[in-house]
Amino acid sequence: MLEIKHTTIRTLSILGQRGAFGYALNELAKENEQIIALTSDLRTTSGLDRFNNAYPERVINVGIAEQNMIGIASGLSTLGFVPFATTFANFASLRACEQMRHHMGYMRENIKIVGFGGGFAMGMFGITHYGIEDVSSIRSIPNIAILSPADSLETVKATIAAAQHKGPVYLRLTGVMNQPMVYKEDYDYEIGKAVQLRDGTDIAIFATGGMVHQSLQAAEQLDKTGISCKVVNVHTIIPIDKQAIMNSLGVKLLVTVEEHSRIGGLGSTVAEVLTELDEKPPQLLIGVSNEYKPAGSYEYMLEQYGLNFMSITEKIIKRYGEVK
Amino acid sequence: MISADKIERCQIASLNMRKNILHLAHQAGSNGAHLGPALSIVEIMAVLYLQIMNIRPFDPIWPLRDRFILSKGHGALGYYVALFESGLISKDALYTYEINGGSFSGQPSKDLSLGIEYSGGSLGLGLSYGAGIALAARRKKELFQTYVLMGDGEVNEGSVWETVMFAKHNDLSNLTAIIDRNSMQSDGSCEDIIRIDMEAAWRGFGWDVITCDGHNISELLQTFPNDRTNGPRVIIANTVKGKGISFMENSKDWHHNRLTDDLYQKALCELDEAGGVSVGN
Repeated sequence: MLEIKHTTIRTLSILGQRGAFGYALNELAKENEQIIALTSDLRTTSGLDRFNNAYPERVINVGIAEQNMIGIASGLSTLGFVPFATTFANFASLRACEQMRHHMGYMRENIKIVGFGGGFAMGMFGITHYGIEDVSSIRSIPNIAILSPADSLETVKATIAAAQHKGPVYLRLTGVMNQPMVYKEDYDYEIGKAVQLRDGTDIAIFATGGMVHQSLQAAEQLDKTGISCKVVNVHTIIPIDKQAIMNSLGVKLLVTVEEHSRIGGLGSTVAEVLTELDEKPPQLLIGVSNEYKPAGSYEYMLEQYGLNFMSITEKIIKRYGEVK
Repeated sequence: MISADKIERCQIASLNMRKNILHLAHQAGSNGAHLGPALSIVEIMAVLYLQIMNIRPFDPIWPLRDRFILSKGHGALGYYVALFESGLISKDALYTYEINGGSFSGQPSKDLSLGIEYSGGSLGLGLSYGAGIALAARRKKELFQTYVLMGDGEVNEGSVWETVMFAKHNDLSNLTAIIDRNSMQSDGSCEDIIRIDMEAAWRGFGWDVITCDGHNISELLQTFPNDRTNGPRVIIANTVKGKGISFMENSKDWHHNRLTDDLYQKALCELDEAGGVSVGN
């Protein structure tokens, strides 16, 4: 449907995932009049200003009331609207967790929740605004697809796919503006189908969200030390691409990397697949340790939790030395 | 002036509904059932389903139907018997109440083919759903009404008030909230647990507030017809928890309880005496 030019991809990367989401929604709205946006007093922060300028009557600001927002979206969907409801990842998944369970999990209404500020994107806003438990909260609720795009272009692809997907979706956005590009040109995106970005034989890294780019950089570092490293972009956490995991069982170490609690996120999802197998590689689970550290900038927080590519490389080399 | 026919029809239906509620609660055996919160909404349900709402019993998914959301899912029995009374479900279906894996569990589970618009049980979630439907209807220029029935204990939930503000801001004149004001909640009297001036609270948020006797069919029939031009409306229906059965009325023990053989017979006798004539199922 939407043709994405090379120059657009570059612009999207400058905007970051939120801006890319706003761009995608605007494009979708041109073709589908059922597309409607809701926000809990975070229209600008959600990247919805462009959409609001074009379609002011299609933006519903519910005020600072995330629980109500999900109920309203749910009711709207019963008459055919395709609501995209936006707020910070933690407010959607924690403040309104039961609303997500009820309307999306139990009643399976066709609504899309966009949780931005996943991970440490909110930097100096501090711990209240970090989205590091969202995937684990939502993942145990049946029937909700969890999408976690790697960069701005993939955010556009995921937004389009979410609109086309019949059923509840949680779209998790990570990173800040000027997010590094994982994809420099358009590609095929399908919910539930992980994408191998780099081939390798010693190690397989399964990464999601902003950690995909960090993992690609780590893989390059590892390459220099003679370790051959595959990188898989797990842009859909639920449903997990089991086949992609099965295709990587021959490595000596399987690594998962996520900007999310080590409890209940991508690493746990992959571990749940591995644990049912007789023959499997050991897993190194890299993510946010189970503690709240003092707040700081995005880069600072990645460093504190050991999630930049240098730390990721070090952790992998250490563990690889133990298991190879 | 409300015709005597309409009133009588709802009265007969209400008696039938109470008998069916008792029958189903008795059938549920040791699982027990939410009796008190079902008996208090009987007349409200009878009036809505038999006289007020625009529905087609043989076409439950008719797009233009009025929508009813039972937000206080604990009233499930009062709801199911109204679906039966209106012809939306068969007696065979109704009598599957609380059968393992069945469609009519202790709290309603959304199934449009059975006329069930919404899954209830978790309190404070239904009004937002109804408001979303009402907003969607207005945007799509659909003329149907949306009714949301809540408990008076339910309004303890903060999420209710988020929607109260939203509905007023958006002037949802096609939305009616109904409060089953039986003045009791699970642990006892609302007055003792969370005291609230119900009328002042809703009025303070800008809603039209109408108070009526929730067991008086004539009053309910006069209250419901929609003659509003702007803004959402709440009907505070004063009711009695466990209405119609002396030992259940205003008793916290009968919020949820098991109806033994003896008590079932006793309750049925009371209905027959009060109802004058015995009306068969």
